[in-house]
Amino acid sequence: MRSIWRTLDAALRRDLLAVVLAIGVVGVSFGAIAVSTGLPWWMPSLLSVLVFAGGSQFMVVGVVAAGGGLVAAVLGALLLNARHLPFGLAIGDVMGRDARRGLAARLFGSHLLIDESVAFAMAQKDPARSRAVFWALGSAAFVVWNLGTLAGALAGQGIGDTDAFGLDAAFPAALLALVLPALRGNPRTRNAALLGAAVALATTPLLPAGVPVLLALAGLVVLIPAPKRAEVPA
Amino acid sequence: MTVTAILVLAAGTYAFRVAGPLLRNRMARTRGGEAALPPRLTELMSVAATTLLVALIATATLTDAGSFAGVALPAGVLTGGVLAWRRAPFVVVVIAAAVVAAGLRALGVP
Repeated sequence: MRSIWRTLDAALRRDLLAVVLAIGVVGVSFGAIAVSTGLPWWMPSLLSVLVFAGGSQFMVVGVVAAGGGLVAAVLGALLLNARHLPFGLAIGDVMGRDARRGLAARLFGSHLLIDESVAFAMAQKDPARSRAVFWALGSAAFVVWNLGTLAGALAGQGIGDTDAFGLDAAFPAALLALVLPALRGNPRTRNAALLGAAVALATTPLLPAGVPVLLALAGLVVLIPAPKRAEVPA
Repeated sequence: MTVTAILVLAAGTYAFRVAGPLLRNRMARTRGGEAALPPRLTELMSVAATTLLVALIATATLTDAGSFAGVALPAGVLTGGVLAWRRAPFVVVVIAAAVVAAGLRALGVP
């Protein structure tokens, strides 16, 4: 871990630190909100250790607090997490290099796969740097998310919603900064992403959370090459 | 909330997470020795991930619980986006987005 951190230059470390800090603050808020709905102090921590996916954790706690069924809450949270499968397909290589040595790394690294570690790893051009960034951010985020959750649960209801600090704007902005170079330099990617985002936005009012984002994959149709006009011999 | 529900959610989430890397490994191996995927497939998976991230950004920015998110949140993200486009440092982008959203809310903008 130490050596991974040292291979990253100061600028990249500072960027990672900003995201890790924000994740920690949201973790505190998750712990506090979860106990305020009546959960025992250890339950938010159990979620944070075993699930480690913020959006789905807030969702499952929120649905149950609102009187929704447990089965519906868990299914909804799972739908929200389904995007991790295509993410893993895209960046599976950053966890471990070859098939035999890499299995343990893949099994362990998979748990550290979050939106931010995916975006940061994909934003690096050099594979070694991608790998270092993925492990550094994934493990630091896991630690602060869990420390934050525990602190929030123990501090209790005094801590409110982090929206007042604008953190709900910080996360999309961070992801945007990370994907922008890929969008700027590559029209195919840009067209697929813009079409996909339009599909996701249009279907958000109609479908359960998580599904619209998956439907964005429809944007990939722009990658299908246009059928070539049959050359008519003169 | 029950421990069983948490375990089911954890197992399902982990299954989604681990499926990608394992499938990718398998696809690479069936193509023989070198862990290489066809370039078209690699591109497809990478564009797919970027598309999902952009959809995630768009829905997290413009919608909240299925309806319009208000003004402060999109304004904050837009500020960050413009700064990122002008190649401002990452930390500046993130802090500016939060400050604009928080500032607008402090002024009473929804």
